[in-house]
Amino acid sequence: MSTRSSTVWKQAVRNGLIGGAVVVLLSLVGMVVAFSQRYIVSGLFTMGHVLLLAPLLLMGYSAARRAGTSSIGILLLSGALAGLVGGVVVAALVFIGQVVNLRAVLVSASPELYRTLAFGVPLPLGACIAPLAGLVAGAAGGVVSLVPSRYRNVILEPILIVLLLGLLRDLFVNMLLNWGWVGFLFRWLFAATGMSVIGAIVVLVVGGGLTFWREWRRQQAKRPPRPPQQQMVIRVVSIIILIVVLIFLPRILGTFFSEILDNVGLFVLMGLGLNIVVGLAGLLDMGYVAFYAIGAYVMGVLTSPELGFLGLSYWAAVPIALVGAALAGILLGLPVLKMRGDYLAIVTLGFGEIVRLVVGSDWLRPYLGGSQGIQLIAQPRIGPIVLNTQQELYYLILIGCLLAAFIAWRLKDSRIGRAWMAVREDEDVAQAMGINTVTTKLMAFAMGALFAGLSGTIFAAKLQSTYPHSFNVLVSINVLSLVIIGGMGSMPGVVVGALALMGLPDLLREFAEFRYLVYGALLVTMMLVRPEGLWPEARRRLELREE
Amino acid sequence: MLRKWLQRITATDVVVWGIGLVILVAVVWGSLITLGLSPASPYAFPGKYTWEQWADLIIRGLALGGIYALIALGYTLVYGILRMINFAHSEVFMSGPFTAAFIAIALASSGFLDRYPLPSLLLITLVSAVVSMTIAILLERIAYRPLRNAPRLVPLITAIGASYFLQYTFRGLYGSGVTAYPTIAALQGAWTVGPLQIGKTQVVIIISALLMMLLLYYLTQRTKMGKAMRAVSEDKEVAALMGVDVDRVIVATFAIGGASAGVAGILYALMFPVVNFYMGFYPGIKAFTAAVLGGIGNVPGAWLGAMILGLLESLGPNLFLDGLGIPAPYQLKDAIAFIILVFILIFRPTGILGERITQAKV
Repeated sequence: MSTRSSTVWKQAVRNGLIGGAVVVLLSLVGMVVAFSQRYIVSGLFTMGHVLLLAPLLLMGYSAARRAGTSSIGILLLSGALAGLVGGVVVAALVFIGQVVNLRAVLVSASPELYRTLAFGVPLPLGACIAPLAGLVAGAAGGVVSLVPSRYRNVILEPILIVLLLGLLRDLFVNMLLNWGWVGFLFRWLFAATGMSVIGAIVVLVVGGGLTFWREWRRQQAKRPPRPPQQQMVIRVVSIIILIVVLIFLPRILGTFFSEILDNVGLFVLMGLGLNIVVGLAGLLDMGYVAFYAIGAYVMGVLTSPELGFLGLSYWAAVPIALVGAALAGILLGLPVLKMRGDYLAIVTLGFGEIVRLVVGSDWLRPYLGGSQGIQLIAQPRIGPIVLNTQQELYYLILIGCLLAAFIAWRLKDSRIGRAWMAVREDEDVAQAMGINTVTTKLMAFAMGALFAGLSGTIFAAKLQSTYPHSFNVLVSINVLSLVIIGGMGSMPGVVVGALALMGLPDLLREFAEFRYLVYGALLVTMMLVRPEGLWPEARRRLELREE
Repeated sequence: MLRKWLQRITATDVVVWGIGLVILVAVVWGSLITLGLSPASPYAFPGKYTWEQWADLIIRGLALGGIYALIALGYTLVYGILRMINFAHSEVFMSGPFTAAFIAIALASSGFLDRYPLPSLLLITLVSAVVSMTIAILLERIAYRPLRNAPRLVPLITAIGASYFLQYTFRGLYGSGVTAYPTIAALQGAWTVGPLQIGKTQVVIIISALLMMLLLYYLTQRTKMGKAMRAVSEDKEVAALMGVDVDRVIVATFAIGGASAGVAGILYALMFPVVNFYMGFYPGIKAFTAAVLGGIGNVPGAWLGAMILGLLESLGPNLFLDGLGIPAPYQLKDAIAFIILVFILIFRPTGILGERITQAKV
């Protein structure tokens, strides 16, 4: 018994050290300070606190889970121990920071960081706060592990909702302002920053109650599935509601948020394309930005009077740009036909960089504008109306996305779609089954390139200019991340991924700086914990779970 | 024989070979013009540049090649054993010199660097190697080990994620600006050999890269650990049955690759004396190209490929891009490496020295 319990404590200490290390890392890369002004609950609790305490809580929870006993005391103690150890690590950082000037090397080790880590308490005393807070957080983690798993949602979901409402306070308040008296009814939920204290409590209680009721009902009786006709009606109604919301979204959101929405839309469009290449056909394309660039540049070259080639209108240039992008897709596809996953990734990465380097070079300056880019690109017009505000462009993007989604959806279950999935699973077997892998792969590249090209043309028209530096490898990484995190091969996943990865950083200014750090961490965590993504495709989930 | 060969050719082969031929002709034609050997050339032999200028470029190319070789080793060793491309290796390369820059600056401001250049340089290199090695080992432990039996795409995506995570973590830790390495007085200037001026820095880089390469070759070919590494790369299960601790061997592989990337980072910083969080990208991808060019999984191959790539990158812009009349050809020097990569993978995916990898191993 004693050796067993000693391993429990060892595990708890280890968890605590890991949690402490995570918090120290978050502090030293500057995330804690950056988020320390972003109130979740006004005047009480900031996102910085969440970053500080969440790792410790999680480690406390994990320590309690691993303790593997039913003794409540040991569970709580091991969670608390993990939290305490993590808190001590944090306190050690504060202490070291007082003795040594870490800031000479680590730019984020500012006095403000130490203030935040000490929870605003003056320092000699403040250093004790972190272990204490860690202790509480770890113990709370232990408590969560006590709750039966089906009721864990009752605690977690309301907290997540409060977190989301608090973080996106500006978005929601802005929406409420546009709603007149209806908005006024809910205005008290929010304070000047974050949620108001009463609002948070109400949301916690009401949310908790609703979740509890849902879980309880689910527990009560296994209801038979609804009859197919009823299901159909529900489906149609929800689609109609969705379309109405989509149509009025720019009115609801206002100009500033519409621009964010436009960005998200452009990435949804690209994501739908890359979803075909990576998700369905299993070809890891890291140079996807090249087709986006080609779409934008063809648009620029054909319409801009600055270079003086053709001076076409937007609509006349779109088909040419799409054909150009699709041809580029095939051209890239040809040499890489025989390559396997990892080689393919590097070659496509190289292809994307070649396009950027060539476009920005002095060599092609007379034709493509060099590093100064192309200005005065035509805007889409419908009769006398010029689509030039963010709200108007939204409809163009929406139509593009719906069209792309429709094509992708129809392709997915068609012959070619099934051929893509067969190639993804095993190329040799697919070939043996009579699938022409050459045309199948080229088709995937061409379709992916087509969607990215369309996105590029809208992007060019939106900014009325293109510059080579807009097309660096990070765009490819963005699209790849949103496809993978949303769930490879799943179309709703692309939308969810784009909203989470493109929308959130634009809404939270502090977050923008840490965007790629978080994407990287998300990609790794996702692959380790949930390789099928947030909103997985049914078939894909089965495959990945088999292993 | 010929008929059989003709039957096997497909339309895609023709297109690909056609593109290859066009590029080859362009390269030869451009070189002939620059060298003054073509009737269309406005110059007389030896062309637009003097012999001294060419020699300078060659030495620069060899130094670059040496640096790429040390980085390429990390890619090659890991690929040999795990059959995966460690995408995050470029960040392993960046982490060392970026961290060591602060030691170097401290040493320089205290005057120690100028008084004792050799011990300081060794200290900086050691710090860089240790940091890179630590990052490589952590990377293996946290990101790659749990996924060793996952489908192919999964560790690849993890590696991409880890790469960006590391890049932006170091940006957060040390700032997004450029940190300048202090110049070392002892390495300034050049030695005169006959009519040539050879930069001291270049000589130091070439010699240290060569020594490192020999050391690493000895490590992988002559020591017991090296033998175990080759055994694991041949067949993991059988090696485990023979009593090889596979986990330890893999950690050792990452450690060796990381340390050599750290050393390469310092040599790189001697050549281009600024470091930032983004510095790993191009050297990383070029070193990977070098590894593939020489035959991935093959240590001497990595060295050979890196030398060829270094020379092509250094000579290429002046040799053929200039001859083709492209203005500001140095802007496209990075594109050369990518084009080479694409073409090796098309025409000889096994590289120059690589043995044919059987389907079963892949």
